[in-house]
Amino acid sequence: MIEIRGDKKVLVTPVSAEDLKDIKIGDIVWLDGDLMTCRDVAHRRLIEYGRELPYDIRNKAIFHAGPIVRKIEGTEDDYEMVSVGPTTSMRMEKFEYEFTRETGVRVIVGKGGMGPNTERACKEFGAIHCVFPAGCAVVAATEVERIAEHHWDELGMPETLWCCKVKEFGPLIVSIDANGRNLFEENKVIFNEKKEEAKKKIYPEVKFIK
Amino acid sequence: MNKENGVKQLTDIVADFVAHVGKKLPDDVIAKLEDLGSQETAALPKVLYETMTKNQNLAVELDRPSCQDTGVIQFWLKCGTNFPYINELEALLKEAVVQATFAAPLRHNSVETFDEYNTKKNVGKGTPTVWWDIVPNSDKCEIYTYMAGGGCTLPGKAMVLMPGAGYEGITDFVLDQMTSYGLNACPPLLVGVGVGTSVETAALNSKKALMRQVGSHNENENAAKMEKLLEDGINKIGLGPQGMGGKYSVMGVNIENTARHPSTIGVAVNVGCWSHRRGHIVVDADLNVTCDTHSTWKFNA
Repeated sequence: MIEIRGDKKVLVTPVSAEDLKDIKIGDIVWLDGDLMTCRDVAHRRLIEYGRELPYDIRNKAIFHAGPIVRKIEGTEDDYEMVSVGPTTSMRMEKFEYEFTRETGVRVIVGKGGMGPNTERACKEFGAIHCVFPAGCAVVAATEVERIAEHHWDELGMPETLWCCKVKEFGPLIVSIDANGRNLFEENKVIFNEKKEEAKKKIYPEVKFIK
Repeated sequence: MNKENGVKQLTDIVADFVAHVGKKLPDDVIAKLEDLGSQETAALPKVLYETMTKNQNLAVELDRPSCQDTGVIQFWLKCGTNFPYINELEALLKEAVVQATFAAPLRHNSVETFDEYNTKKNVGKGTPTVWWDIVPNSDKCEIYTYMAGGGCTLPGKAMVLMPGAGYEGITDFVLDQMTSYGLNACPPLLVGVGVGTSVETAALNSKKALMRQVGSHNENENAAKMEKLLEDGINKIGLGPQGMGGKYSVMGVNIENTARHPSTIGVAVNVGCWSHRRGHIVVDADLNVTCDTHSTWKFNA
């Protein structure tokens, strides 16, 4: 569901396709509830090896991220989030259509753009891709209330599935909306035009080979 | 100081400095980010710069690494042949990384290739990466340390152009990387460009370029001119913070160059993200240490 708190639009898990239909690329939203870290190897296990995720993320959120966690002293197996920022989402692009179809995930958080597989997934299954400001890992960690569960620990700290409870997690900038519009791809067209103009200005100045 | 105590002290110095570099950006980077951020007027880049500033403050306040990707640790040494610890240096750097990994803490970023397991110590075969420059008749050692992240500097690009492509070809190569590789590498970037005779010389030059200060210039007049042209050109693309659009794209462009074979122009691009965690210390024979990148750091402070 969606809650409006002051000037913040907060997505609260479970999130439905209906909740996402008025959200557009470039909007800033926040997240309350369930957010699981999930990156390269977890995607490969699910899609290439057909393994089931040990944690249900239907109508919830995933975070393309590999955190630094620390064991909470005096506990057997509880961890606190020290530092957790997004990793490059594009690495998961080749898996994301099938991943979204299989898991029913609604909100994919990462950094940088994703491509046509993810656009198609967002449009067909009602999901969005958002960017958490990259490199802002301490801000993100302080928005994690606790790590409720962790799975696939054998993959090491970055690749373990850390199942977090988050509160007003954000700012999340919507980069692919549920209509399949893609902020990075739309920007890229403008960036590439400007790039070609810039090149033409540089060429005559760098004729060092006479 | 006997050898054993000296090795321990130098290990402690490097471990302490590496941990600090993960939590606090160098002075030149902080100043440049403030400058770029203050010139943005649109809502989205402003929110992004505000979050970035808040993050850096929280990292110091809570004593945590500011970015979770604390990288593969890379060292570039300019080591005097008479530096008393030259024989022990490579082993003690590895030990210092392990020490920093548990003290800071740093993320475990060493996966053994082919056997494909994470060593869970942040070191492995050939990591940390160490590059040596030997300085004859000196008893000092300069140590550059850099947290090389998986999204910015590690996926750098290099190729060898034909001379017919000229410096126009270098321009194309660098700018084309900015809207593909650079876009997802956490702008505003520090762009390191290496020019040389082959992929590996160009690549190493591009990495050394990233160790130079923001705002510094190549001593060759033409190379310095090209730095400025590329910087202005890339800024006009308007990547903005996080590649989401804004007035600027980069903190700067640094070029490092060496000579080339008449038949080749090697070129490489290696970008540093906005969270450009590089540090530089100079250690003398008595282990007195000076640091010119982080006014916030003092050993045993």
